[in-house]
Amino acid sequence: MFRLEVRTSTPAWFNLVLPLLAIAATLILCSGLIALAGANVFESYGVMFTASLGDSYAITETLVRAAPMIFTGLAVAVAFRAKFWNIGAEGQLLAGAVASCFVGAIPMPGPLAMLLMAVAGAAAGAAVALVPATLRVRFKVDDVVSSLLLNSVIYYALMALIEGPWKDSFSGYPISPPIEDSANFPVLIEGTRLHLGVVAALIAAPLIWFLIVRTTLGFRIRVTGENPEAARYGGIHVERVLISTALLSGALAGLAGVGEVGGVHFQVMSDISPGYGYSGIVVAMLARLNPLGVVPAAIFLAAVMTGAEAMSRATGVPAFLSDVIQGTALLAMLVALLFTAYRIRRVGAIR
Amino acid sequence: MSAVFEQIFQVGFLAAIIRIATPLAFATLGEMFSERAGVLNLGIEGIMLLCAMTGFTATSLSGSLWLGVLVAVLTGMLMGALHALFTVALGLSQHVCGIGVTLFSSGLAYFLYRRIFGQQSVPPSIKGFQTLPIPVFSDIPVLGPAVFNQFALVYMAILAIPLAAFILYRTPWGLSVRMVGENPRAADSAGVIVIATRFQAVILGGALMGLAGAFLSMAQFNAFTFGVVSGRGWVAIALVVFGRWDPWRSAGAALLFAFVDALQLRMQASGLGHIPYEAFLMLPFIFTIVAMAFMSRNAVAPSALLKPFRREER
Repeated sequence: MFRLEVRTSTPAWFNLVLPLLAIAATLILCSGLIALAGANVFESYGVMFTASLGDSYAITETLVRAAPMIFTGLAVAVAFRAKFWNIGAEGQLLAGAVASCFVGAIPMPGPLAMLLMAVAGAAAGAAVALVPATLRVRFKVDDVVSSLLLNSVIYYALMALIEGPWKDSFSGYPISPPIEDSANFPVLIEGTRLHLGVVAALIAAPLIWFLIVRTTLGFRIRVTGENPEAARYGGIHVERVLISTALLSGALAGLAGVGEVGGVHFQVMSDISPGYGYSGIVVAMLARLNPLGVVPAAIFLAAVMTGAEAMSRATGVPAFLSDVIQGTALLAMLVALLFTAYRIRRVGAIR
Repeated sequence: MSAVFEQIFQVGFLAAIIRIATPLAFATLGEMFSERAGVLNLGIEGIMLLCAMTGFTATSLSGSLWLGVLVAVLTGMLMGALHALFTVALGLSQHVCGIGVTLFSSGLAYFLYRRIFGQQSVPPSIKGFQTLPIPVFSDIPVLGPAVFNQFALVYMAILAIPLAAFILYRTPWGLSVRMVGENPRAADSAGVIVIATRFQAVILGGALMGLAGAFLSMAQFNAFTFGVVSGRGWVAIALVVFGRWDPWRSAGAALLFAFVDALQLRMQASGLGHIPYEAFLMLPFIFTIVAMAFMSRNAVAPSALLKPFRREER
């Protein structure tokens, strides 16, 4: 007989094994769809892998795609650590993109422009995240729903901008004017799209890890998330911590938008984010809310996205497989997390 | 002559409101049942999309509209069961699971649609539902052609509102739903099987989301496009809150939003709107967020919303 037991602690290797388990389960489940599409499963996954991680150019492309998801993944990880349920990274990203596009279009020296773009984008993202946090702290409004609904508000605001004052009067396309050439993020390796923002994302992860694990604010964030009553009892101003967390989380999501404007698109359009904000939730959960884990998790999702397009061309399996993989990975990871709460133990065999 | 024109304008406008409100009413009632049982279903956006796809596909392949509706409803129930499996049976966090279900079902919808229909320059369409005038009633001036000369699914939505209210407030099952949403511990003591009731409510919700999806691809647009739902699921989430988790108020909220949306479309078409149409589309979300700030003081949300129930934890 087997019995479920409540676990009190989890070994450290779970952090690595559970995501791998979830990813393996996801790939096995999704292979059914590949087979349904009439393609060879191993060939399809093989193409997916080589096209995204097989050579140095492919790796740079994958990293470029991973950068926004590293930022949104960090945004979600930080927020969820404090149990501030920020589902609004998508809207915060868009706000960051719009703000940085505003700044980037002003003629000024390149480095200054890039710095101000980052500041403006982070501030815009933080301002958006401040809304659900304030509502929760002041009015006890559920942050899940308010942060989610704000995504739609920001999206329509962006649409109003690019179909209104920003609209390209020459072509009539709903796209913003491009930012100044001098504000374009420098490309680090000739012949690729690997831009400064990718490096910023890769540096941000250890910085946020340090902040969460080693600083007072990080400690407060963790305690607030794990046990708000104890935090309050211990003299932590829980409301203030939630606001700080929201500002940090929103700023990180805003930076995801900055990178897309400064390093990839150089302007704002309606589909500037193919759901990177929601992908951030997948990334953060796969990383078990560990900022260092966010990097490989984001690279995994990015590899799936870039790889899926090549796989589609080679085997005819629709590239939308990557969307299914994302959703399945999130659900599989949630199920895998049950192992952290329970353990299966054999009972009755010994008598 | 201008009086006649004005009348047509009004009738058309009223009819448009009813049409826009229909999928929202289905979706909102579906989400409401789920939330009243204590389960937030953020999978709604993806579930509606997947149901719009499966319903459209079934009709496209079989030629039968009602078979398509049935397939859409079954798809919705299946996805509701999936969400319930994760959130109710396994007790996983509802908001993250909901996002997972939305990502999964919309991905699956795109994937299967592309697999079945391939990439075509003109998306395939079906001969969707035709208006079904109800004799006598449709002859009532203004109201008749607007309300009683609609698609069959519209009548179903109109009937669904009192039916939902009846089920929720007047049947033993509805009482169980409200109990497991408010105080699952007490419900359990009273002999209500919390897990089963929540499963049923989420699955019923999924069925209604299926009808919403079916309406979009089989009556409103007669085609499946990737933007066929375009945020209507999120609107429904807002409308449930705005309608204070009550069938009548939620349906009223759907009607109000449909009015604003129809007005926006009119203004866009007439070309005299100086206000960007996005401002109108933003309204339900802004209103809901503001309303939440005011409502939270008298706590109208189901108390056990977002809280998983585990019997052994006492």
